Amino acid sequence: MKKLWITLTYAVFLVLLIAPLVRIFSGSWAEGWDGFIEALTRPQSLHALWMTFLIVIIVTALNTLFGVMLAIYLVRADWLGRRMKQLLNSIVDLPFAVSPVIGGLMIVLLLGPNTIIGTFFEDIGFKVVYAMPGMIIATLFVTFPMMVREVMPVLQEIGSQQEEAASTLGAYSWYTFWHVTWPSIRWGVIYGVVLTVARSMGEFGAVLVVSGNIINKTQTATTLVYQDVENFNIVAANSVALVLAAISIGLLLLMEWAKKRKEVH
Amino acid sequence: MHIEVSGLNKSFGDFHAVRDVSFSIEKGHLIGLLGPSGGGKTSILRMLAGLETPSSGDIVFHGKRVNDLPPQERGIGFVFQNYALFKHMTVYDNVAFGLKIKKFSKSQIRDRVMELVELTGLKGFEHRYPHQLSGGQRQRVAFARALAPEPQLLLLDEPFAAIDAKIRQELRTWLKEMIERVGITSIFVTHDQDEAIEVADEIMIINKGRLEQKGSPWDIYKSPQTQFVASFIGESTIVEDVSKLKGFEEAAGWPGAQALIRPEFIEVGKPGEFRLQSATEQGKVKHLHFRGSEWMVEVEVGSITLITYRSLEKEVLHPGDEVRVLVHRAYMFNQSDSWMMENRLKEDPMPIHI
Repeated sequence: MKKLWITLTYAVFLVLLIAPLVRIFSGSWAEGWDGFIEALTRPQSLHALWMTFLIVIIVTALNTLFGVMLAIYLVRADWLGRRMKQLLNSIVDLPFAVSPVIGGLMIVLLLGPNTIIGTFFEDIGFKVVYAMPGMIIATLFVTFPMMVREVMPVLQEIGSQQEEAASTLGAYSWYTFWHVTWPSIRWGVIYGVVLTVARSMGEFGAVLVVSGNIINKTQTATTLVYQDVENFNIVAANSVALVLAAISIGLLLLMEWAKKRKEVH
Repeated sequence: MHIEVSGLNKSFGDFHAVRDVSFSIEKGHLIGLLGPSGGGKTSILRMLAGLETPSSGDIVFHGKRVNDLPPQERGIGFVFQNYALFKHMTVYDNVAFGLKIKKFSKSQIRDRVMELVELTGLKGFEHRYPHQLSGGQRQRVAFARALAPEPQLLLLDEPFAAIDAKIRQELRTWLKEMIERVGITSIFVTHDQDEAIEVADEIMIINKGRLEQKGSPWDIYKSPQTQFVASFIGESTIVEDVSKLKGFEEAAGWPGAQALIRPEFIEVGKPGEFRLQSATEQGKVKHLHFRGSEWMVEVEVGSITLITYRSLEKEVLHPGDEVRVLVHRAYMFNQSDSWMMENRLKEDPMPIHI
């Protein structure tokens, strides 16, 4: 009986995780090395990968900054009321609960070309929706809980006494943050960064709605894969997917390593 | 540093943690804030440090009101209950932290840190991390770290609470010596009366946010001003109707007054052990407890159970033994007043002059 369950578990893993990976791998090599390279060096591929790269960098930077800040406020700030903290705390998880497509739709409805805010930004020459800023906002929305949820428990666990001790020794908040708080939350932040990178690289729904998926303009790697599949360009789809999958696996390994370090410290 | 606190209050929401506390502390004194847990001692200490803002009242250091100064500018050292050492820094870096902020030169820092490391007996441990140290060593690091920037006032929150009993004793003596040698005004919080009595020059008893009494340990022991202080310092038995005891009949004149009798005010023994039989009372041994260096005796006098100690040198008593009990004195309390009552019969009615 036990053996059956073990076999079943392996089977599920194989079907859900390994098989698709193998399929992507073999699919991208269907036309050999040349086919793979050609699929990746198409202008739209290079552009899409570049867009994804930019979004990942900007979103990760912003999410790290604001995520760590919000985590610190939610845990430490005594000028925030308890109820306010609870409210903010539950709002942080909203993107987990709301489908990314709906998140993207909300951004279009709020900042789209037919809205007041959207028109205002367009008038000053700043296009939000169907352009880079909207895609960044959409990805930020989706990845927002990642950093906060990683850093908050660490801050709660270390408590505020070390920071108070620093203040009685004459250190002000900035010095205290870098010399006392940061070394303790460092691995949590790295873990959060890895999650944010993985999520923003793989984000599809919200970005698809907000970007309009315009080739060579607002197309990211994931939306390109989608378009290639639609166009029955299977080798190209597999090749781009393989690049994304390889980076994700690399990130997972990095995350495992970060997790171990987090436990040590 | 001379410290003056007046009308200090602190509320956390509905909870009134500190109520109208006023006191002043002479420069160089070592003060113990003593009281039951949750009584507001730590809140007072944190307000002195600037880690908590008073709801009302003034804190004055050296004639200067410091209420609005942040902890960084108060010139204090604070030792936390769990030490709050920077766990990713070595002992050396922990101690050097305050000096680096004050922008001391590298060589000045090294001199000062090594001086403190030596003073606190941590030589050879400079490059260890806090998790590689024992509880007592961590306590010393916390102490050295707090002293490094040469504060004017040292505040210690339950400094011995996390250390096991045997080393605690050692550390108490060590800390008292150390503070005397450095000559710094210090305030420590404790809920352990032995610790306060042993270490402090002066004790402040805090209960339910109020300052009950301030004075030297001996003064507080000798003349407690409230019933709480009398029952908190030293051991005692509370007797509702003390006029039933021989020699205290006149207590009946204060209806409603309670008496508090310390074990050391009571003697028990066989009839032959007393010089003045007439002042003693008939009693019966109820229980005996061996306390390592003496016997604790529970003795019944009429309906009253009294507790006292008896030397191991004297004849061993047994439960059920009929004994004589001599009560020397009692603290009397009623709603508004407290006073001491001596056993009237101890004055020998027929002194024999030879």
